[in-house]
Amino acid sequence: MLSIQNLHVSIEGKPILKGISLEVKPGEIHAIMGPNGSGKSTLATVLAGRDLFEVTEGKITYMGKDLTEMAPEDRAREGIFLGFQYPVEIPGVSIVNFMKTAVNEQRKYRGKEPLSASDFLKFMREKKDLVEFDSQLTNRSVNEGFSGGEKKKNEIFQMAMLNPRLSILDETDSGLDIDALRIVARGVNKLRSKDNATIVITHYQRLLDYIIPDYVHVLYDGKIVRSSGKELAMELEEKGYDWIRQEYAGNGR
Amino acid sequence: MEKEQDKLLREVTSGEYKYGFYTDIEMDTIPPGLSEEVIRKISLLKGEPGFMLDFRLKAFRHWQKMKMPGWAHLKIPEIDFNSIIYYAAPRKKKSPSNLDEVDPELLETFNKLGIPLDEQKRLTGVAVDAVMDSVSVKTTFRETLAELGIIFCSFSDAVREHPDLVKKYMGSVVPYTDNFFAALNSAVFSDGSFCYIPKGVRCPMELSTYFRINASNTGQFERTLIVAEEDSYVSYLEGCTAPMRDENQLHAAIVEIVAMKGAEVKYSTVQNWYPGDKLGRGGIYNFVTKRGICRGERAKISWTQVETGSAITWKYPSCILQGDYSVGEFYSVAVTNNFQQADTGTKMIHIGKNTKSTVVSKGISAGKSNNSYRGLVKVLKNAQNARNFSQCDSLLLGDRCGAHTFPHLEVDNQSAIVEHEATTSRIGEDQIFYCNQRGISTEDAIGLIVNGYVREVINKLPMEFAVEAQKLLQISLEGSVG
Repeated sequence: MLSIQNLHVSIEGKPILKGISLEVKPGEIHAIMGPNGSGKSTLATVLAGRDLFEVTEGKITYMGKDLTEMAPEDRAREGIFLGFQYPVEIPGVSIVNFMKTAVNEQRKYRGKEPLSASDFLKFMREKKDLVEFDSQLTNRSVNEGFSGGEKKKNEIFQMAMLNPRLSILDETDSGLDIDALRIVARGVNKLRSKDNATIVITHYQRLLDYIIPDYVHVLYDGKIVRSSGKELAMELEEKGYDWIRQEYAGNGR
Repeated sequence: MEKEQDKLLREVTSGEYKYGFYTDIEMDTIPPGLSEEVIRKISLLKGEPGFMLDFRLKAFRHWQKMKMPGWAHLKIPEIDFNSIIYYAAPRKKKSPSNLDEVDPELLETFNKLGIPLDEQKRLTGVAVDAVMDSVSVKTTFRETLAELGIIFCSFSDAVREHPDLVKKYMGSVVPYTDNFFAALNSAVFSDGSFCYIPKGVRCPMELSTYFRINASNTGQFERTLIVAEEDSYVSYLEGCTAPMRDENQLHAAIVEIVAMKGAEVKYSTVQNWYPGDKLGRGGIYNFVTKRGICRGERAKISWTQVETGSAITWKYPSCILQGDYSVGEFYSVAVTNNFQQADTGTKMIHIGKNTKSTVVSKGISAGKSNNSYRGLVKVLKNAQNARNFSQCDSLLLGDRCGAHTFPHLEVDNQSAIVEHEATTSRIGEDQIFYCNQRGISTEDAIGLIVNGYVREVINKLPMEFAVEAQKLLQISLEGSVG
């Protein structure tokens, strides 16, 4: 589904990602862990197509298509979803209106008729129930005045609405109390299928107690320095990131 | 390096002005120029009683002593008042009593503008006074409204048929001495709408005036007078468009509202005069004086305006809150793009006790335009417990436009509570990327964000016009550049 080969990314000439390779197949959950500043969020944002970053080398292929040339809205319509670390507020635009626009843009791209108002509301109700999203919130402006937890739940709700093939969840666990974390994780697990894949980016092992990854990768200084099964997360939780720093700081660059 | 957002903003295609056509019809005009003779001629052509001519001449003599105001944050090129045509009327045999007598060309013009004058075809619940250049073409539903005692007609008809009311109220809110453009209007105004709601009557339909400038080289000077008697209610809407031309045209109007005890008047404007082209050529100079007075207790006047057109806008719809417990409201969206300039806002004058006013102004600047909010909140000595809340937000699209806020507060009563909030924001790249990531294009994202930003004001418009206003905003901001 997703194939990243030797990806190098810079921002304003400063290299952030220094040769990342990653294969993601349908049905898989990959966790990307690493200390702050290792390039985790950059990877997520580059996959979503933000133009602040420059891909200087390497290739990203998604469903057989070259992703690097694709506009961010087309990537979204092709089924890539980014759950934002810091979801953005859009004052005056209700979630209902926002999601209706998004869902219908996706349908248009796929050659389908837009949903009627009543069908849309029905669809939305189903998804709200599925991911336990507070039904009052959808009438409010997108993320405006939301608590940290509400914002993250809103990301998962939008994910449910858009039914992506590839979801990238960027630090979805940050700022969540344990109850919110459980709800978010439950949502992600319910949305999981053999046809879609998820990349979970996190600093802490905590989230991975609820979303069990098939693979764990450790990102450090713009490179994946370790890849293994879920037991790697436990190891990181126990030992912290210091040993990685010590091990790789010297020989990298 | 140019920011991606600005580049995208620039690339979005240019919005075309939809109403820029011209109707070729026979016109009666008075040659360009301004003099006592021209004013006498206007008065004569309109068959006015003597008091009207007196009023005009007094205003003219006063105007001659006045100078163009220079305090606004506007660059106004010199206007040669002697090169303007002050009277241009579509030729007609006599005043049309029914639709068959209205020139089909005129009906077609208003059809094209989406304002059918055929009562059968009208949106139910909206009565229209259609004004083309200097005269009213047709007022719909006059008879239906008359059954309730409501007078809704052109200003000229009001002068002929209800001279006492006109004499009593005309100039009572905006005297001809008020300002330069008010004086000019008082001297040369040619038509407009008149509306009188009797005591205790709730006007069952929206009343509206549609202003169309058609003839070239012509100024439009109309007056609207609305009188709402005790415990009555009316919702009034005006719309306006003009052909696309390279030269500038002057529109200097007056609107006066009188609300008696317990009366409520809602006045909404969707202003879409031709704004000029992308290089700043042409467009309407819109210099308008609008003011309402809450004469009695618990009276309420509410202004809502969506200003998207005009090369230059200079207007401050205001409320004089004389009656105790009276309420004034001002909700405004002003959009400027390309080289447009707007200096607009309101005055809330608190005279009575426990008076309350609310001001919500949303400016949107794009292109190389300049957008200013100018407001005055004045609380007089006896206005015990006056309350004002003002919120002035500016949204910038791109980095070559300007937004300015000039709030003035004059408070002479210790018990007053006056609050002012102001924000300036840009559409964030973060917001646009967030929308992009959900499959929404940058162009649609800007539309969504702008509509969200103005929603509070648009919601105040009558339903049918809110949709229209939203579309208009979208068009006005197409091609809005940094």
